[in-house]
Amino acid sequence: MTALLKTEGLTKHFPVRRGVLRRQVGTVQAVTDVSFELGSNETLAIVGESGCGKSTLGRALLRLHEPSGGKVWLQDMDVTALDKRGLREARRHMQIIFQDPFGSLNPRMTVRETLAEPLLLHGLATPATVRAETDRLIDLCGLSRWHAERYPHEFSGGQRQRVGIARALATRPKLIICDEPVSALDVSVQAQIVNLLQDLQSELGIAYVFISHDLAVVRHIAGKVAVMYLGRVVEEAATEDLFDAPRHPYTRILIDSAPRPDPTAIRHRLPVKGGTPSALAMPPGCAFHPRCPLAIDRCRSVRPELRQVGQSRVACHLAEKVVGMEAGRAEAENPALTRRLAVLERARAGSA
Amino acid sequence: MAEPVLSLRGLDIRFNSDGHRSRVVNGIGFDLMAGQTLGLVGESGCGKSVTSLAIMRLLASPPAEIAAGEVIFEKRDLLKLSERDMRELRGGRIGMIFQEPMTSLNPVYTCGAQIIESLQRHSGLTGRPARERAIELLELVRLPSPEKRVDDYPHQLSGGQRQRVMIALALANDPAVLIADEPTTALDVTIQSQILDLLRDLQERTGTAVLMITHDLGVVAETCQAVVIMYAGTVVERGRVESIFGDPQHPYTIGLMAAVPRMDTRRGRLAAIPGSVPPPWAQVPGCRFAARCPLADDRCRSEPPGLREIAPGHEIACWKAPIEGMSEMETHS
Repeated sequence: MTALLKTEGLTKHFPVRRGVLRRQVGTVQAVTDVSFELGSNETLAIVGESGCGKSTLGRALLRLHEPSGGKVWLQDMDVTALDKRGLREARRHMQIIFQDPFGSLNPRMTVRETLAEPLLLHGLATPATVRAETDRLIDLCGLSRWHAERYPHEFSGGQRQRVGIARALATRPKLIICDEPVSALDVSVQAQIVNLLQDLQSELGIAYVFISHDLAVVRHIAGKVAVMYLGRVVEEAATEDLFDAPRHPYTRILIDSAPRPDPTAIRHRLPVKGGTPSALAMPPGCAFHPRCPLAIDRCRSVRPELRQVGQSRVACHLAEKVVGMEAGRAEAENPALTRRLAVLERARAGSA
Repeated sequence: MAEPVLSLRGLDIRFNSDGHRSRVVNGIGFDLMAGQTLGLVGESGCGKSVTSLAIMRLLASPPAEIAAGEVIFEKRDLLKLSERDMRELRGGRIGMIFQEPMTSLNPVYTCGAQIIESLQRHSGLTGRPARERAIELLELVRLPSPEKRVDDYPHQLSGGQRQRVMIALALANDPAVLIADEPTTALDVTIQSQILDLLRDLQERTGTAVLMITHDLGVVAETCQAVVIMYAGTVVERGRVESIFGDPQHPYTIGLMAAVPRMDTRRGRLAAIPGSVPPPWAQVPGCRFAARCPLADDRCRSEPPGLREIAPGHEIACWKAPIEGMSEMETHS
């Protein structure tokens, strides 16, 4: 079976120019040599902190940023080789949603107009059928008909994200790139949108590339995870393997750093030094070595390649060592919370 | 028994704009004890930031109007102080840090100059001693090579370093209270854990009481001893951190905790709270959470519940609590 989406050595470097002659004085290595495969109905999460290149990678997949090297395949189609016309056709099958849907919605168009535009443009509906088709999208995303004739500014953040998702679904894509789709939302609403994305996947078989800095959300939604640091994938594994046995010190630190909503949790944190260096001045050797609590001489001079370790692919000389280290205690179950949530859910089911 | 250093009583804040008269904060109150970190928690629009601005008297009026209540700090009601006395307090006995340090630091002055200005203004320290104290403060917040950084401008520092400078500035004059409004929300998670460690450590060393305003229950669990949960301008639950997390009682608190995705377990679906927060101008006669609460009945919709003690030191504003032990019949009524 061929993968739905496949990248080979995908790279995006931005030249940095200065002075009146606009001479190139450096290169921002935003994304370097990223290869992965994604099947339909699957979710791959791309995680990392600001500046790691995760958003640039998402845009390079769609050629919203023209890649500087490497290939992107959508099934049998080489996306990187398409001309303008072909690209437009390809983008019908790969859509994107953003953190702030307000920025991607036309403030002068009602929801119905926003949804109708791609349908008519791609010939997926005729003026006669467009109303039924937009209604279908509105229902699918948990909006009501009341929303259809309204403008984006009249909605809350969660409703706007539903509109963003409905717009992405209009062209019946096989793949949606989700760039931090729930990061700006409050947790109670965030959960609604995560559930919606999961429901749509099981209903329609869409694949997601889910770009996020929030590992807890990723654990709930993704089947595979790729961790990026300064433009490169440093670890890639099935979600359960990655969280149960992180093999890159950076992955380990990301998992341990997130504050846990449990005051009784005991923490074991690897101490991480400083912040992410600039992608303009890459450290030699392993890019993570200046901050890594385990770094040895070899890490400072030889860049580790991605290699298979157990079930994961890891770019670290010391991957074998990281796994055995003591992890923070897993949170105890919260029996009172579980019991009371059950009471609420029973009541909700009873009144529905 | 510890004394409260800061007490809010029946604070009512309204906004008058666009013909709407919005009740943004409705009669909230709490005590911040000496040496304690108190978390003021809630989602966007719950009134937590407005409350912190009201304490510092930084709300523009109009449109804001503090309709009732008092804010007692060191035996004085801050709402009745003159602007001159308030200026004395801000940055002096009360320090404040915000989400985005870049917008609260002055870009045209060095970090050191800004700290020295505050030392001059509040502690009368000038010249060499002021500079030395500024370096000492930067060392306290563990900024690397503070004797060099003191002459850096804010733009030369990273986000995490800027937040350290903000903390140094807020602590410059040994405040009794530090108000921290989402201090780590804009930071990456590895930097966030560094800043939270620093705040915890500084609090142990200086004994400053901290009012931690946040939407993140993880931050609360890691830094706070007491918690106030807000929803749509009202306090719905408050108590010690162990009882709020171990024994959550309000349907909103329960829903909020269950909605947080957790790193340790892969549950099936996340427990979302259906619906959304009522807009501040909505006239809600009863409990403001009633429209989203599966247990709500006629009384909830007509009569606002007041805070009552449900366990020692644990208060809740809900007619239905405790919800455990409710039979199938009751929940289905």
